[in-house]
Parts: sequence; structure tokens; C-alpha cells
Amino acid sequence: MTAVDFNTILPEFLLAAFALGALMFGAYGGKDKTAATLVWATSGLFIALALFIGFGTTGERMAFGGLFTDDPFARFAKVIILVSAACVMLMSQDYMQRRDLLRFEFPILVTLAVIGMMVMVSAGDLMTLYMGLELQSLSLYVVAAMRRDSTKSSEAGLKYFVLGALSSGLFLYGASLAYGFAGTTQFAGILSTLGGDTPAGLTIGLVFMLAALAFKVSAAPFHMWTPDVYEGSPTPITAFFATAPKVAAMALIARLVHDAFGAIPGEWTQVLAALAVVSMFLGGIAAIGQRDIKRLMAYSSIAHMGYALVGLASGTAEGVQAMLIYMAIYVTMNVGTFAFILSMERDGRPITDIQSLNMFSKNEPLKALALLVLMFSLAGVPPMLGFFGKFYVLKAAVDAGMVWLAVAGAVASVIGAFYYLRIVFFIYFGKDGEPATSNMAPVQWVMMVGVAVIMVLGIVNLFGIEPVAALAAEALVR
Amino acid sequence: MDNLLSIITFIPAVAAVIMALFLRGDDAAAQQNAKWLALLATAATFLVSLFLLAGFDPANTGMQFVEEYDWILGLQYKMGVDGISVLFVMLTTFLMPITIASCWTVQTRVKEYMIAFLMLETLMLGVFCALDLVLFYLFFEAGLIPMFLIIGIWGGKERIYAAFKFFLYTFLGSVLMLVAMIAMYWDAGTTDIPTLLTHNFTSETFSLFGIPIIGGLQTMLFLAFFASFAVKMPMWPVHTWLPDAHVQAPTAGSVVLAAILLKMGGYGFLRFSLPMFPVGSDVMAPLVLWMSAIAIVYTSLVALAQSDMKKLIAYSSVAHMGYVTMGIFAANQQGIDGAIFQMISHGFISGALFLCVGVIYDRMHTREIDAYGGLVNKMPAYAMIFMFFTMANVGLPGTSGFVGEFLVLVGIFQVNTWVAAVATSGVILSAAYALWLYRRVVMGELIKEALKSITDMTRREKAIFAPLVVMTLLLGIYPALVTDIIGPSVSALVTDYQAAIPASGASQLAQQ
Repeated sequence: MTAVDFNTILPEFLLAAFALGALMFGAYGGKDKTAATLVWATSGLFIALALFIGFGTTGERMAFGGLFTDDPFARFAKVIILVSAACVMLMSQDYMQRRDLLRFEFPILVTLAVIGMMVMVSAGDLMTLYMGLELQSLSLYVVAAMRRDSTKSSEAGLKYFVLGALSSGLFLYGASLAYGFAGTTQFAGILSTLGGDTPAGLTIGLVFMLAALAFKVSAAPFHMWTPDVYEGSPTPITAFFATAPKVAAMALIARLVHDAFGAIPGEWTQVLAALAVVSMFLGGIAAIGQRDIKRLMAYSSIAHMGYALVGLASGTAEGVQAMLIYMAIYVTMNVGTFAFILSMERDGRPITDIQSLNMFSKNEPLKALALLVLMFSLAGVPPMLGFFGKFYVLKAAVDAGMVWLAVAGAVASVIGAFYYLRIVFFIYFGKDGEPATSNMAPVQWVMMVGVAVIMVLGIVNLFGIEPVAALAAEALVR
Repeated sequence: MDNLLSIITFIPAVAAVIMALFLRGDDAAAQQNAKWLALLATAATFLVSLFLLAGFDPANTGMQFVEEYDWILGLQYKMGVDGISVLFVMLTTFLMPITIASCWTVQTRVKEYMIAFLMLETLMLGVFCALDLVLFYLFFEAGLIPMFLIIGIWGGKERIYAAFKFFLYTFLGSVLMLVAMIAMYWDAGTTDIPTLLTHNFTSETFSLFGIPIIGGLQTMLFLAFFASFAVKMPMWPVHTWLPDAHVQAPTAGSVVLAAILLKMGGYGFLRFSLPMFPVGSDVMAPLVLWMSAIAIVYTSLVALAQSDMKKLIAYSSVAHMGYVTMGIFAANQQGIDGAIFQMISHGFISGALFLCVGVIYDRMHTREIDAYGGLVNKMPAYAMIFMFFTMANVGLPGTSGFVGEFLVLVGIFQVNTWVAAVATSGVILSAAYALWLYRRVVMGELIKEALKSITDMTRREKAIFAPLVVMTLLLGIYPALVTDIIGPSVSALVTDYQAAIPASGASQLAQQ
């Protein structure tokens, strides 16, 4: 390991060292009593690393002979992953503490998952990719089953594990085909063998890998685990599932298709476009009948992944940029929404029933307004930021000549708007009943209201992430 | 004043933000403060917009007061007005202070109510000023949110049904518009409205599922935009959300809805459909004309059967909007002049009529026509003002209502005499329902016990009506005030339109 290699993986290395240190600290330092401290320390480290990655490094570097890449694209994704993971942990702490869920393993497992995600987005080789993917997935299986005494939580963990293992199998099968036909597992190597006729085996391998990754982003028709896992896991875990892992998996798809298969866009744009269309419509239609807000958010995330895939399906740098911006906006919206869902309770017990929001606006006008903004933003109603995310992926599709995809996206967005509107309906016009109370820790309040403000003010200049995303996209698509 | 339009557009939004952040409490003093702040902000907007009118050069048919900045995601922030849009801006700024003043008696959630109206004003002004497709769509759609809340929170008994009907109808229409906008961007490669106005969208006939589409892409785009604007307008047969929304909306909501929001549809036809898709418009014009004629007669008849005052006036609005679409698609100078004139004048008159209903609703809390009668005995001033606006609604010469209808009928007569003949009968029907309403509510003996103690209009109420009366009379007596401003732009529009239609063109094809 040379100094250059070490410098390149410094953030991941620091996190890994921290995770191991924290494990010792937790095991010998009083177990769950240390959990709150660990949560804060981990979040602080995440933010510090995000700042370091965002401002401290430039250029493109390879480490370990091309196994690991550090470029603007990876850094963009890493910053989103780190910041969103930190936000979710901070806003979960209060919830978990009050329900006696806060174990010291939680921040450690999240840290390990985050390391996995950071490796995923930096992968330069199918092996690195798989390593990151598994590190992430295994940590997530465990956190899904965090509430050991609840059958629902255990069921969620098991379900997630079984289906996740299946998708890992699919991925390995695809990767082995790709290796067999290209003779290498390195992305750059695969790219250089392309040209002329693509061997059928390579295409089949690619399709298998895409299917496996579609599992991870919960794109339809590989979404079946999502609603159950979202519903069964404790809410803070659901919030985590809905944010960072989605960004990592989406960035991974972009990395795989462009770095390894960029020379044959015709082979994968249609696959991604099909996934996108099915996800957008299924997410929109299936969400209509949901009564549980966590299940609803599961279908909402399926639909949102569909839109992000529209960006990728256009196969251009603009499309990747649109996807990155979309994911950044999506993650922000979900942090805000879950900050609210975490606070929903009745008589001290957490509830997730949509109907319990009846006339919520009467008691809590400010939170109701923030939720209104979030819901309209999720629905993509202008002038909220969510609209611009949708607009930009659709524009990328049109620019790439896929008008039909853009039209499908526009139509699906109307169907999707309905169920968000239903939540607004309950909070503002519902029947008088006993509304849920919202017991918010200050952190949650800041997250929710802050995100709502971002959704409105962001339309001025997107907080400057547009050129950064453009830089990231250009690094990937040459 | 480089940014005059932005300043006008965003004054109300800034006031709304200030109100949301700094106004605390829900006691009487806070409510009073909210009302005064809203009134001040809207009045300031109106005063600033007078600079716009003063600086506007009617002879220049291009866009004026243009502002253009790069915005996010490759979008342009581009604002500007021409002869067609400037008066809609003025109409909005003029009517908003009146609207705010009319909701002085609201007591529930006053602060939020005022914020909703201020945001709504910003969004409506944005629609009329936007010179970029996406910016236009943004304002157009966003306007739904405050209106949805105004109806849903402060409305009458069936408010939730009405709010949803309003939202879904208009949202469905606008999605088709969004799809059309995507197609336009794909065809022209830009979303800049002035550039699109000069872009020739292809009008090659192609066949879809075996059906030949005459006018090709233009017809398709026209239909998509038509779906949105026709709902907004609203045209028969997609008008049914309007009476529900009106009946359930609070008075001020009705005023804004009738006086300004409906005009977005007409403005959209003039800004997009006619100039951008002339061939498509030409193909579809006969259908639109007949739909308008049916709207005028049918909704007038429906109005006759209403027992709720607001519903009656709502149907009369649909009928009057029928004249507007008719004038627009007559596509000649008189027709379009008349259509714009009718929209402006309808803004004053329908707004005033809804305010008239509001005055007695505030006192008796019912809008049933049967609950009233003989008001003239107790409310002479009210009887006079109601009389004035009833006459204006009928189209009495000397009021602005007459000029618009007359110009439209002159315009349409040159294009299609049959439609003109049918539409003219609407004038008689409108006199029938309006005068009958007036007789039942105001005339006769005051026999109803509940009405014995009713009081005449307060000074505040009279002050609200004064500017509306002045404008209705002024435009009725001296219509050149409006036509001088819109004339050159309209004539440029008509010239371009006629030039774009192939001589042996689509209209003949359509008849085959």
C-alpha cells in the first residue's frame, strides 16, 4: 500500500478505525449508556468527513491499481450519503432513547453501512463493488431487525436478508458472466474490450447486474421487499433506508453503466427506461390505497427512484447531473418528512396511521404548514424544489430524444400527486377527531422546518449544487 | 426601474413572508394588523404598477420591461409584458386591495387567510408576466395551492368536495399542458416564449391510429393547451367545477376566482394557442366557436333555474366567458379586442356582483334567493349598487359590459353568422336571469321577518364598491382607454395569425 493509495481511501479508513474503536468503547464502556454519546460523535465525524471530502480534495485519483476511484462524482455522492446519514441519526436519537431502542450497536452499524456505501460509489472494479455492496447490505439487514422483541421488525430483517441475498446472487452471476466474456473485472478493462459486436454474454451479465442493483434501489418490478421492510423496521431505520442507501445504489448504477459499459449505451438505456416507467407508475398507483404513512413513503420512494432512473436512462452527462440533483433533493425531502413521522404519536406511543392526522393543522399550524410544503414538494407541484428535480430529469430525457419517457413521467406525476394531496387533506380539512400529537425533539423540529424552508428557498439557486453536480457528471461521462 | 415587473410581482410575497415570520398571536389586534399589512401591501403593489402603465408604450408591439436572468437548471427567469398582458397585470393589482378590504369581517385564521391571498396575487401576476414556458407553468400551477386552501379551509359546508373538484379538474388539464410543453421544447429547442412565438411548429398532417390529424403537431399541441385553458376558463362542458367552487368559496375567494383566475385561461389562449399554433387553432376554431355559443345559451338557461345567488352568478360567468372564447377564436381585430375588453370588464362586474352577494351574506348568512325580497326598503344604497352591476352584467350601453359583448358579436358576425345569431340570443337570456334575480332579491314588499332588522351598507362597503363603479362607467363611456393599449398588439397578432394560415389551408381541409 503506497502513500497515494492510503491518501485516497483516507476517509473510509478513518471511518473504519472509528467503527472498531467505538465497538471497543461500547463493549467495555457501559454498553447502551454510551449510545447517545456515540450517536453524536458518529454524526460529528460524518459531518467533518463530508466537509473534508467536499472541500479538502480535488481532481481524480485511483488507488490499488484501479480498484478504487476518487473523483468528483464519488465525492458528490459521498457528501450526500454522509450528511444524510448524520441527519437521520441525530433525529433518531430522541425517538430511540424514549422507546428504549437506542443500543450502542446502532451508530456502529450505521457507520459500517456508510463505509460500504462509500466504497460502492468509489468502486473501479466489480470486486470492489461487490465488497462495498455486501458490507452495506449486511449492516442494513441487522439494523432492520434492531427491535429484537418485535416480530414485525424481525420479519422485516429476515425478508430483507432473503431477498437481498437473492439479489447478491444475481449480481455475482452477472459479474461472473461479465468476467468470462471480458476477461477482466476492472471497469476500465471491460470498457476497453467493448467495440464492434458486443458478446451476448456480456449483455446478459449486464442485465443481471442491473436487476440486482434495481433490488437495492427498490425499482419496480424488484420492489417487493420495500413496503414490508419500511413498515416493519423501527421508524428511524426506515428513515435511514429511505435516504443514504438509495443514493449509494443509484450512484453505483451510474458508475457501473458509464464506467464499464459507457461504450454501449443502447444495451442499458432501454433497461433503465423500462425500470423507470414501471417504477413511476407502480409507485404512484399502489400508494393510493395505503393507510400507513411508512408504507406510503415506501411506494413514494419507489416512484422517486423511477424519476431518478429517467435521468440515468437518458445516458448523457446531463442525465447523470439530473439524477444527482434529483437524489439530493429527494434525500432532503425524506429527511424532513421522516423527522415528522418520527414525532407522530398518541399517548406516548408511536403511530403511523395516516387518518390520525385528522385536523392536525388546528393544534400545530407551523408543523402542518411545513408538512404541506414537504408533501407538495414530494408531489412535484411547483414552485417547490421537488418540481425542479422532476423537471430536470424529464428535460434530460427530452434532450436525449426520449420524449415518450418524459411524457410517461409527466403523467405518472399526476397520479402520484393524489396520495400526497390526501395527507394534506387530512391535516387541513379532515373531520374533527382526536388528532395525533407531534412530540418533537429540537433536532427533529430543526430538520423538518429547515427542510421545508429549503424546499421553498432552494428555487433561487439550488444552493449552488448545480455546477458541482455538473462537474461530477462530467467526471463520470466522458 | 429595470426590475419593475419583478418588484410588482414580489411585493405581495414579501409581505406574506413578513407576516408569517413576524406577526404573532391570534388576538383581535394581531388580526387587525394582518389585515392592514395585507391591504398596505396590495395597495403598494397597485401604486407601483401605475408606473408600469405610465411607462408602457402601446405602439411597441414587442415585449416591454423585459428582465432576463440565468436561473437554475438551464432555465431562464424572463419577465415582460406586451399590450395583451399589461392590462391583466393592472386588473390584478387593481382588484386585490378591493378583495382584501372585502374580507375585513373574516375572523377565523385571519393571518393565514391574508398570507394565502398575498401569495395568490404574486402567483397570478407571475402568470401574466412570465416569458418562459417553465416559469409560466410554475406560476400557473402554484396558483392552485393557495386557492385550494382558500376554498378548503374558509369555504362553506361542502368546501372539501369543491376544493378537490377544483384541484383535480385544473391539475388534470395542466398536466396535458406540461406534456405539450415538453413536446414544444423538443420541437423548438427552447422554452423562451418570444422565440416560440416566431417558431413555426410543423403542421404536416399525420395519422394516429389510422385517423388523420389535420394540422399535425400543431393540432395536438393546441388540444393539449386547450385542455388546460378550457378548464381554467371554464368552457362548457368542463365548467362544472366552477359553480361548486364559487358556492363554497368565501366571498373574497369568489371575487379573485371570477375576476382574475378565470382570465388566465383567456390569456393563455391569446399568448399560446392563437399565435403559436395558428394552423391548429384554425382547424379547431369552428368547434370552439360552437362550444362557446352552446355555453352562452346553455349556461344562461341553467342560471335561470338556480336558487342560490352565487351559483347563478357563477353560471353567468361561464356564459360571459363564452363570449371571450368566441371573440378570441373569431381571430379578427374586433373579436380579440372585444374578448380582452370583456375579460377586463368582467373582472370588475363579476367581482362586484360577488361582493354584492357577500354584503347580504354577511348579514343573513344565507345565499338562497328565496330568503330575500324587498331589500330596497331597508337598503336603498345597496339596491342602487346592485342595480348598477346587474345592468352592467346584462350589457347595458354605457357600462363596460356592453362594449365587450358588442365588439365580440361584431367580430364573430364576420366569421360565422350562425354562431353570432345563437350567441346574440344569450344577451336576451342574460337580461332575463339577471333582472329576475334582482326582482326577487331587492324589489317587492319586505315581508320576511328575519329581514326586518337588516342594515344598509356601511361606509367601508361603499368605499369598496366605489372604484368598481367608476371603472365600469369609465370603460363603458370611453372604451378607448383599453383599446388604445391593446390595439397595436392585437393587430400584430391578427396579422401574424392570418399570414400563418395557408391560403388553401387547413380550414378547407377540415371541411372535407
